[in-house]
Amino acid sequence: MAIFLNENSKVIVQGMTGAEGTKHTKRMLASGTNIVGGVNPRKAGEKVDFDGTVLPVFGTVKEAMEATGANVTVIFVPPAFSKAAVIEAIDAEIELAVVITEGIPVHDTAYFWAHAVATGHKTRIIGPNCPGIISPGKSNAGIIPANIAGSGKIGLVSKSGTLTYQMMHELRDFGFSTAIGIGGDPIIGTTHIDALEAFEADEETVAIVMIGEIGGDAEERAAAYIKENVTKPVVGYVAGFTAPEGKTMGHAGAIVSGSAGTAQAKKEALEAAGVKVGKTPSETADLMREIMQGL
Amino acid sequence: MDLYEYQAKDLFAAHGVPVLPGDVATNPEDAKAIAAKFGQAVVVKAQVKTGGRGKAGGVKLASTAEETEEKAKAILGLDIKGHIVHRVLVTPASDIAEEYYFSFLLDRANRTFLAMASVEGGMDIEEVAATKPEALAKIAIDAIQGVDAAKAEEIADAANFPAEVKDQVVDVIVKLWETFVAEDATLVEVNPLVRDPQDKIVALDGKVTLDENADFRHPAHAELVDKAAENPLEAKAKEKGLNYVKLDGEVGIIGNGAGLVMSTLDVVAYAGEQYGVKPANFLDIGGGASAEVMANGLDVILGDEAVRSVFVNVFGGITACDAVANGIVKALEILGDSATKPLVVRLDGNNVEEGRAILAEANHPLVTVVDTMDNAAAKAAELAAAGV
Repeated sequence: MAIFLNENSKVIVQGMTGAEGTKHTKRMLASGTNIVGGVNPRKAGEKVDFDGTVLPVFGTVKEAMEATGANVTVIFVPPAFSKAAVIEAIDAEIELAVVITEGIPVHDTAYFWAHAVATGHKTRIIGPNCPGIISPGKSNAGIIPANIAGSGKIGLVSKSGTLTYQMMHELRDFGFSTAIGIGGDPIIGTTHIDALEAFEADEETVAIVMIGEIGGDAEERAAAYIKENVTKPVVGYVAGFTAPEGKTMGHAGAIVSGSAGTAQAKKEALEAAGVKVGKTPSETADLMREIMQGL
Repeated sequence: MDLYEYQAKDLFAAHGVPVLPGDVATNPEDAKAIAAKFGQAVVVKAQVKTGGRGKAGGVKLASTAEETEEKAKAILGLDIKGHIVHRVLVTPASDIAEEYYFSFLLDRANRTFLAMASVEGGMDIEEVAATKPEALAKIAIDAIQGVDAAKAEEIADAANFPAEVKDQVVDVIVKLWETFVAEDATLVEVNPLVRDPQDKIVALDGKVTLDENADFRHPAHAELVDKAAENPLEAKAKEKGLNYVKLDGEVGIIGNGAGLVMSTLDVVAYAGEQYGVKPANFLDIGGGASAEVMANGLDVILGDEAVRSVFVNVFGGITACDAVANGIVKALEILGDSATKPLVVRLDGNNVEEGRAILAEANHPLVTVVDTMDNAAAKAAELAAAGV
């Protein structure tokens, strides 16, 4: 089954004709994603050739959806234009919007999230500042390399892109139902809890890896959710034990403020919820390996 | 980016929030001249980006210009929680009838903004929140609707601001919201917000954090950066577009992706325990790892005198390991004799075999290639311990 993204997903790319958009549209096509077009108001009506696949460019998300039946959009537009791009996707009521763009002002993210809330959550938002989502062998919406691991029964949700790749690599002998990078910004659309809920309901997924990092209390809230609602085994990893207070570690959201947001607090909360937490990525993979071998 | 109090109050004033006049001095003589200009008792306040200034002796009252000079002399150069005082704000002393608290901030859990207000201000607000939570009003703000006079009144009522000053407080709240939005702040805090004996409301202290992601639409914010206070290595890294944070250990770290680099710091810290060595920095070179980026990164790290070994930890996702390996080889060529510390390299992922082959071929005396992240961290820690 996979979550949020599957073989029936029809994907459009907002910002398809930009440098990043072009590069990753090619990669997504190569990994088998059914991309049906792109959006760029200045190039509406044009066609673009991606190594032999010719895709139409539409003026708006709505036009693209009407013409192609698209239900997923991947957004690569620059930070200054991201707010408008996401709002356009929400207004078109597309099912899933994956916002890859890094560096969006948090006031803009708060604004489009408030817009999503006000219009009744018709669009699931993943990101921003995330690597996207891959259901190996079915579809790939974003920038996660498709060749790291194949399909399998582990579900993966992570704040970090490269730790997603690292964990997929460590567990490539088992494979993944879906791997989703939710992003490292202070405000994000899809949360750990949303992914945990979907993995719990997904028949294909038998166990879940959850990767967190310092900042905020999303991991603590996920731990409380797991305790009450998740019956499948969950293994966790948290990055940033040695991060000092008050220093932002790369991601805008990765900062320890006072007693809040420490890796230790997150680890303890997860362990109290029955989640086995690895000290390093490879130890975490070993914990998952034991679980998979015991199932 | 956190602002100094005087910068925060300049922004407040620009948006119509009432503040006291004041000027900044970097030496006692200037502080004296400012006090003489005011011709009344003043407060000399250390400008540091941390709390607890008062307790640390960083805020002093002075009744004359001469006394101001003395107090400024005592405060300048103080070390307050690791922050050296380079500037003092000299501002007229004011009589205070009551102290309140007010802030707008990001509420990550609820994915919106939050107003916090209390009529018990002046002290550490975290302490109020812990000991008297009922005294701290928290009101969620809709990011689209924002804060108009009606919303501000709802906040003022929730916090029980006295009727005599409520209209003024409502006006201040609306203007602070304008500051919060117009400047792309993630925090605007006034503690204390003061009621003077004439029932006038004034923002006596201010704290503002700006969102650096929004710098593209605020060219004026560049002037708020205190270049002199930046760590020189961090400043150098910033100039080269590198995401670098200086830490106080001995193992230099280069990796790709914020999460993987944070994880690398942890793994190195665990491995270093037995030797008493720690990570020296955070450095995320991002998706691309060209020779130039790698050379710039190594250059910054090798400029840190505390560094005794360097751990390059790359997972080739979009970046191919052979490109990273070429980057390392070329970076070492560029750096030549200035590269003197041992490098431990762990490559995995996309084109890993080609990448390892390139490093084996180059056979650089400083480079050791190790297969896994954990083993590489152990090797880097061992080399750092040996390289005293």
